[in-house]
Amino acid sequence: MSEKLYLDEYDIELEEVYCKPKEALFDIPFHYCPGCGHSVVHRVLMEVVEELGIQEDTIGVAPVGCSVFAYHYMNIDMQEAAHGRASAVATGIKRVLPDKYVFSYQGDGDLAAIGTAETVHTVNRGENILMIFINNGIYGMTGGQMAPTTLPGQVTSTSPYGRDTNLVGYPLKITELIAQLPGAYYVTRQSVHNPNAVRKFKKAVTKAFQYQKLNKGTCFIEVVSNCPSGWKMTPVESIKYIEEYMFPLYPVGDIKVPKE
Amino acid sequence: MEKEFRTEEPRLMKGNEALAEAAIRANIDAYFGYPITPQSEIIEYLSREVPNRKEKNIVVLQAESEIASINMMYGAAGAGARVITSSSSPGISLMQEGLSYIAAAQLPCLVVNVVRGGPGLGTIQPSQGDYFQATKGGGHGDYHLIVLAPNSVQEMADFVFEGFKLAEKYRNPAMILTDGALGQMMEKVILPEDNSLPKNIPDWATRGKPKNGKQRVITSLHILPEQMEAINYELLEKYQNLQNEVQYEEILTDDAEILLVAFGLSSRICQKVIDLGREKGIKIGLLRPITLYPFPSKRLNELADKVEFMMSVEMNAGQMLQDVKLAVNGKVPVYFKGRMGGIIPTPEEILYEIESHLHKIKVVV
Repeated sequence: MSEKLYLDEYDIELEEVYCKPKEALFDIPFHYCPGCGHSVVHRVLMEVVEELGIQEDTIGVAPVGCSVFAYHYMNIDMQEAAHGRASAVATGIKRVLPDKYVFSYQGDGDLAAIGTAETVHTVNRGENILMIFINNGIYGMTGGQMAPTTLPGQVTSTSPYGRDTNLVGYPLKITELIAQLPGAYYVTRQSVHNPNAVRKFKKAVTKAFQYQKLNKGTCFIEVVSNCPSGWKMTPVESIKYIEEYMFPLYPVGDIKVPKE
Repeated sequence: MEKEFRTEEPRLMKGNEALAEAAIRANIDAYFGYPITPQSEIIEYLSREVPNRKEKNIVVLQAESEIASINMMYGAAGAGARVITSSSSPGISLMQEGLSYIAAAQLPCLVVNVVRGGPGLGTIQPSQGDYFQATKGGGHGDYHLIVLAPNSVQEMADFVFEGFKLAEKYRNPAMILTDGALGQMMEKVILPEDNSLPKNIPDWATRGKPKNGKQRVITSLHILPEQMEAINYELLEKYQNLQNEVQYEEILTDDAEILLVAFGLSSRICQKVIDLGREKGIKIGLLRPITLYPFPSKRLNELADKVEFMMSVEMNAGQMLQDVKLAVNGKVPVYFKGRMGGIIPTPEEILYEIESHLHKIKVVV
């Protein structure tokens, strides 16, 4: 990792402390908006896959949403699922290939609205897969509509006067919900909004892949993320919004950990 | 048609159970399904029998919905597994989105529709009301399923093999379109021979990227119009090639003056109509499409040169009728006799309908 680099112009010696995964991540620019959490999550996922040496044994399932093209970036075998059905597709793959590592990757609309039944029952069966859940409280790809996880009062294009909980209910805390199920083995809520959070997220992903080998049940990682474009904020403002408004409702930390 | 598979003594079996046993013998890797009358014997038989045949390593999973079943099927078929699901009309409606994705991603798999009367929740009695849905695509976009229509318990079993053969040859989902009566009735059947359907793991399947090889992706997303249209043309070419797989059965068409066209259960009734009619000196013949897609249009057009009129006999409001008319292209009149709501027409009422048209023709002449 630590080969020496030189900035000739200034004659400064630099030590390489980090580089992107070279094999598991294609060397092309992400299409995600500047400041969006998706690219960080993609990168960390593939970093772990590469470090664990499971690139040839991992099959991912992409959702419908901003990360629909996840397979353009992740250099592993992948399937693109219908909206909401990623965990059912992952179930199909894992059941016929029980020795492979399988993960699904979904946003809040995909996992907690249209795919709620699949989400709950996949975890309830204790499918030995990793479910990655990106929660940014908005439908990003379709242009910023209200999501099941949109905060009360939050303005979106379909809640232009703020989310009215009398009309459309409260944000769905699906991670707490599925953590109640015996099929859930490891459930945690993380974020990638600063370097320290990214390190913790990476640890969670590593653990989840290691647990998958034990065949103990579903591992579920929620990532509280941002959507600068959908929220109509700069990336920096969106990170402040995560800390001030998202975390009080979606506190980061482990929700269910294996009894060891 | 499938004589090479039959080496055993005949057994007396329900259509649904014969189909389920055939699936085990076809070495399916997985069955995903959800209970619904009148096809629940399929998942029940598999749940009961598969644990006794551990060496086969078959997954049988009752999903939370037909939507989940069809998407599990997408995942497993995309991973190169031989997969089957079964349901009945309302459940098949729920699967249409998934089938569109499966057809678009060109995944081979087999769907069994044991049709009941509709629309809506309808009735649990047999019907052929899902012909349009099965043969015209069913879900969104330009696509077709390969559709096989059995008319006996024997064919309920045989067409599992035939369905997988065609699905895997063309990388296309296949459907067995049957009905509640064929699923529930018991008949003599000689089951296909165990392990007689060869299986290959396709190189496009997502089973973990080959070392130093290229990533495999199963998707139906093509944002650029030019790319999407190229995929559309690829599918069209496949459907064109599928026309070589047309299968049909003809009964007494050589001297027929009146041709009945009927598939599945209706074709069984029509066999009796032929006997009754010929006793009265009316020369009736039958063309039974075995593949509903691809449809035997060419043969029907040829037969139109020889008969006075045709009559499509169906357990619906007249769905295959449209394909018969298109095939005949105005050469002869095409009439229709159908019953709906789960009612099976009697041979007598079909013959009565034929005679009424005969009478009209004679008056005109």
